[in-house]
Amino acid sequence: MDLETFHYDNKIVRNFAWATTIWGIVGMLVGLIIATQLFYPKLNLGIPYTTFSRLRPLHTNAVIFAFVGNGIFMGVYYSLQRLCKARMFSDILSKIHFWGWQLIIVSAAVTFPLGITTGKEYAELEWPIDIAIAVVWIIFGIQLFGTIIKRRERHMYVSIWFYIATFVAITLLHVVNSIELPVSFLKSYPVYAGVQDALVQWWYGHNAVAFFLTTPYLGLMYYYLPKAANRPIFSYRLSIIHFWSLIFIYIWAGPHHLLYSALPDWAQSVGTVFSLMLLAPSWGGMLNGLLTLRGAWDKVRDDVVLKFMVVAVTAYGMATFEGPMLSIKSINALSHFTDWTIAHVHVGALGWNGFLTFSVLYWLIPKIYNTELYSKRLANAHFWLGFIGILVWVIPMYFAGITQSLMWKEFSPDGFLAYPNFLQTVIQIVPMYIIRAVGGLLFFTGVCMMFYNLVRTMLAGTLIAEEKAEAPALPKIYTDPKETTHRWLERKPVQFIFFTFIAVLIGGAVEMIPTFMIKSNIPTIESVKPYTPLELEGRDIYVAEGCYNCHSQMIRPFRSETERYGEYSKAGEFVYDHPFQWGSKRTGPDLARIGGKYPDAWHFDHMISPEKMSPGSIMPPYPWLAEDTYDINDMPAKIRAMTTLGVPYPKDYDKQCIKDMVIQAEKIVANLKESKISVTGDKEIIALIAYLQRMGTDIKVNSQTGN
Amino acid sequence: MIKETLQSLVGVEIYPIISLIIFFVVFIMVVLWALMLDKDVIAEMENIPLDNDMTYGDSIDV
Repeated sequence: MDLETFHYDNKIVRNFAWATTIWGIVGMLVGLIIATQLFYPKLNLGIPYTTFSRLRPLHTNAVIFAFVGNGIFMGVYYSLQRLCKARMFSDILSKIHFWGWQLIIVSAAVTFPLGITTGKEYAELEWPIDIAIAVVWIIFGIQLFGTIIKRRERHMYVSIWFYIATFVAITLLHVVNSIELPVSFLKSYPVYAGVQDALVQWWYGHNAVAFFLTTPYLGLMYYYLPKAANRPIFSYRLSIIHFWSLIFIYIWAGPHHLLYSALPDWAQSVGTVFSLMLLAPSWGGMLNGLLTLRGAWDKVRDDVVLKFMVVAVTAYGMATFEGPMLSIKSINALSHFTDWTIAHVHVGALGWNGFLTFSVLYWLIPKIYNTELYSKRLANAHFWLGFIGILVWVIPMYFAGITQSLMWKEFSPDGFLAYPNFLQTVIQIVPMYIIRAVGGLLFFTGVCMMFYNLVRTMLAGTLIAEEKAEAPALPKIYTDPKETTHRWLERKPVQFIFFTFIAVLIGGAVEMIPTFMIKSNIPTIESVKPYTPLELEGRDIYVAEGCYNCHSQMIRPFRSETERYGEYSKAGEFVYDHPFQWGSKRTGPDLARIGGKYPDAWHFDHMISPEKMSPGSIMPPYPWLAEDTYDINDMPAKIRAMTTLGVPYPKDYDKQCIKDMVIQAEKIVANLKESKISVTGDKEIIALIAYLQRMGTDIKVNSQTGN
Repeated sequence: MIKETLQSLVGVEIYPIISLIIFFVVFIMVVLWALMLDKDVIAEMENIPLDNDMTYGDSIDV
């Protein structure tokens, strides 16, 4: 058979490696800054652009989509070419993919500090950027499938399956979750509202973790771990089971035990047994990785790449064990809204994604530069700093989460809340925040050392931009009468994609159909009315400032919560909330019933200086709200958009909304004047106060009129 | 909240049951598949990442 000569493109791999490292440093630095702000709010320097609530989405998005995203592309572009024995499909598309993705990241880094956000966690980017993401992602898909189709290796190795599943699922998740109605160039409202929006958003959130942070990295693990250990994966059979059960479980069985319980007993029992069984594929994957090193553990002692990999795979096992545990109702009641969740995701982010990325970088850069790593000692030091950093990071956060949750729930013998002031529970855990930041600093220092190490390695070698390779062309027709169906599937990428897509789609459909049935099934509450224009404007400011990063709007039906916050939240209260703002973390108290709790003047003073109103508060001041003005002329377009989305404003309300807005603003201005606060009605704070005072009051009105 | 809302839907319990059954069937099929795979094929597959590799010190031919 004739050997064909071709070249692997290493330059694009190198570019993605640079992007991974640099964005990693940026994302982690932002993380370190906001972690410090949690005990030293002044670090925001008193300006909006560096305030926690605006930077936190920047941190999460930078780490997920910039650091891990580029890490995925780096790892895929290197391994896919080798596994397919083919150059990437198109050099031009490689470049467009690379620069397009970096441009998206830069636009995120600009828009988030400016307060341009959709307010949906991990999907905060506004609609033009969402479209750009879809385009660049599709280009990645073309590259992926184009390369697979022109491959010279008959079989598709298991890593490629994980890459395919990643592409298919993320496409679906991103598109469905990002359906939004543009109001202006950088403002949109999601078409879903309230409960439905929450369901779609967390279907996305859950599966984005699965298909952006897990499956692509498992693909990397299945390639780079055997490479680094120079031995095949422990069990290829197990990897097949791992793959198929994982994509099925994640996209559909995963969220289920969170969602339903109106199930027949037999199904519940089977479901429970199955949920436990489902730990098997995750742990099967972890063991598959670790057992690859059986009989070679002496190598781990000497090889820093393997060290990083062992910790990464172990962290994967820990996080996937903890995840199902956190979905058990009684544990969730304790963990939800606390730092426990934050600890959980950082075991995954720092340990699994972080350490696996570092191992790939340490392995890959010397390889494509045809040299050896500049300093093994430095890499070893990075390993230990990172490892200790993770421990110092997560342990205090577990402690903080559990402590705070128990304090929220504690009652005195007389039946009152033991800690009625939310702030008491915050002050209690501030020392933990300080220790966590130290852990972050250790981890971050390690990454900076890696950066130096890699740069020195690059300087010592020369990039083999075009790496020569030879392989026979794939004969067009190949039939083996003995072949099994799965082998047939492995040879046929198109069919494989099709089946993966079907698997993901059925899973999605089974989960999403009830979601779309919901709209007509949410019990409507007579007294719940659409927001007034001023309240709507205030809500947009609430979203833009990122209040949801620290405040939930969801009172759970526990006595400890109804005592503290008031009547528990009802589904029907959120029907006009585009987007929903339930939040996922209570660094501050829940706000679902904040309306009417304090006078307008209290809110004004509290926004200007939270510390003055609540000594010890770690909330940053928002003085610019009293200086910046909202754009009243945007309101008719917003009202029209809301009407399109089904919010029942009166006919032609867009024509008179400005008038109503001014009237309501003047009322608040007059209220404030009584407390000797003088501010004009066009300031952002006026709209925000209007929204805060409205929140959760519809039901109170109901109970009054109902009597 | 999400759970209560979903409970209120008529006939919603059919969806998790469908998914449970499909998943169960597929899972069993995959396990059988994996177990029945030919040994030689497995050996061929698991060695894909390892062959044709350039290692440090090889002559570079561009």
